[in-house]
Amino acid sequence: MFKSYSELNKALSQKETTCVEVVNAYIQEIDKRKSLNAFLEVFAESALKTAESVDAKIANGTAGKLAGFVISLKDNICFKGHKVSASSKILEGFESIYNATVVERLLAEDAIIIGRLNCDEFAMGSSNENSSLGYVRNPIQEDKVPGGSSGGSAAAVAAGLCLAALGSDTGGSIRQPASFCGTVGLKPTYGRVSRYGLLAYASSFDQIGPLTNNVEDAALLLEVMAGKDHMDSTSSSREVANYSKPEESGKKRKIAYIKETIDSDGVDPEVRASVLKSIEQLRADGHEVEAISFPYLDYMVPTYYVLTTAEASSNLSRYDGVHFGYRSESAKDVESTYVASRSEGFGPEVQRRIMLGTFVLSAGYYDAYYTKGQKVRRIITEKTEEIFSRYDFILTPTTPATAFGLGENIDDPITMYLQDIFTVQANLYGGPAISLPMGNHSNGLPFGIQLMASKFEESKLLSFSKELMS
Amino acid sequence: MQITDETVDKIAELAKLKFEGEKKQEIKKDLNKVLDFVEKINELDTEGIEPLIHISDEINVLRADVSENNTTQQEALKNAPKKDNYYFKIPKVIQD
Repeated sequence: MFKSYSELNKALSQKETTCVEVVNAYIQEIDKRKSLNAFLEVFAESALKTAESVDAKIANGTAGKLAGFVISLKDNICFKGHKVSASSKILEGFESIYNATVVERLLAEDAIIIGRLNCDEFAMGSSNENSSLGYVRNPIQEDKVPGGSSGGSAAAVAAGLCLAALGSDTGGSIRQPASFCGTVGLKPTYGRVSRYGLLAYASSFDQIGPLTNNVEDAALLLEVMAGKDHMDSTSSSREVANYSKPEESGKKRKIAYIKETIDSDGVDPEVRASVLKSIEQLRADGHEVEAISFPYLDYMVPTYYVLTTAEASSNLSRYDGVHFGYRSESAKDVESTYVASRSEGFGPEVQRRIMLGTFVLSAGYYDAYYTKGQKVRRIITEKTEEIFSRYDFILTPTTPATAFGLGENIDDPITMYLQDIFTVQANLYGGPAISLPMGNHSNGLPFGIQLMASKFEESKLLSFSKELMS
Repeated sequence: MQITDETVDKIAELAKLKFEGEKKQEIKKDLNKVLDFVEKINELDTEGIEPLIHISDEINVLRADVSENNTTQQEALKNAPKKDNYYFKIPKVIQD
C-alpha cells in the first residue's frame, strides 16, 4: 500500500491506479486485519461512491488537493448519515445528522472517508481497553495495547488500513497511541482546528488532529482542516499558514529538554538512551540543546484530572435517555429514565470520571479542587510560556515506555492516568505537540519522541519535525 | 478528604447515576484513590494567582443575530429512543 499521499497522488495522476481501486484495496486490507478490532465500521458504499466521483474529477482536472486521500475517523467525529458512538453503549445506533467541520473540509478537498475507528469510550483512556466494543490490538505485537484513546486510529494507520486517521487529543490521546504504534501523531494548538462535530469530552482541552505515516501528510491534513469556523467560537481567526510548504526550513533551533522527563526512574532505559542520542544528533547538526528543570511535572496529571473530569461531567449530562441514544428498559418515570439509562449506558471509567467531575464541582469543594486546578493550570501555562520565550521547542519522550500488555494496567486507574505524564502539558497550556516515531526498542515495539512548541507555531514545529525525520 | 457512602450517594444523585452494593464500594475506593492522587495540587502555593478559564485567545466572538435552521424536525427526532411524528416520548411524568 501507499506510504504517503504524495506517492498516492503521483500514482493517481499518472493513471497507474484509480480511487476506486485504492478504496477496494484498503477494504481488503481492513478485512485481513479484522482481528485488530480497529474498525468499528467500514463505510464501503459511501467510500466507493465518493471514489467514483473523485476519479471523474481527476479525469477532468477539477480534483481537490486531497483527491483520493483515504482517511478514517475516530468514532467521536460526526460524518452525516453515518453512525458515531464514541465506542459507548449509550450511543449505540446513533447516526450523525451533520458533518463535523473537519469532515466537511476534508470532503471539500476530495478526501475519501473509509470508516470509523474504535477508541476508548468518550476518549477516556490510554489503552483502548475502555471501549464498549472490545479492545484493539497493537498491529506490531497483537498481545499489546495500541494506546489510547485514539487506539483504533493509530492501529489502522500503522497496519496500513488507511492512509491517515483523525484522532482527538485531550491529554495525549493522539500522541501516546502514535508512539505505541510507530506513527506520527499531531495535536494542534487549542483553537487551530474547529471542534464542531467532535463528541465533547473536555472542551477546554480537546483538539482534533491527524495520525499519519509521515510529517508531510500531517502537515497537509492540518492545512486543510485548520482555520476559523463560525460553528466553534473557540476556533482561532489567525491565518492558516501553508503547513505543507514550510518556509522556515534549515534554521538552527534552540531546544530545551526537561531533565526530569529523562532522569525519572519510570523511563525505560532504552527510551532514555534513544532520546539522549537524538539530543546528541541535534547538537551535531548545529542546534542548541539545553537541559532545563521543570518542577511542575508531578502536578500536571492531577491538574488535568480535576479539570477534565469537571468538564466531562458537564458535557456528558446531555446523555439523558430522552433525546437520543440509549434508554433503559426499566425507565418508568423521569428520574429512572435518566438514572437507569446513564448507569446502564456508560461504562465504568466514564462513570468514574463523571463522579469525580461532579464531586470537584459540587458545593463546598468547588474552590478547593476546581478553582485550585484552574489556578495551577495558569501557573503551568505561564511557566511553559516562559520556556518558549527562550527556546523554540521542548523535547521529551512521548511516553515513558513502549506499549504494555493487554489487561496489564486495567485494574489501576492511577497507573493508567500516568501514561499521559509527558503529553498532558501541551493540553494544559494549549500549544501544539507532535509525536515522531524514533525507532524500535529491543522488545520489537516502536516508541516516539515528542516536540512541543509555543501556541500557533505549527509551521515551525512541522518543518523542524520534517527535518528531524529525514 | 475521605469519600464516604453518603458522599457517593450525594454525588451520584447529582450526576444521575446509581451505585449499589459492590459497585458502590468499588466507586468509593476508586474515588478515594483518585482524590488522594489529585490532592497533590494543594502542595502548590496559588496565593494571588487568577484561575485560568479561557484557553482560546479569541475575544468577543460575535455574529449577526440571524437564525439558521439546519436541522429539520425529522432529523432532530431521528435518534430518539422513543418518539412519534412530532415529539420525543418519555414515560408518564405525573403518576396516577
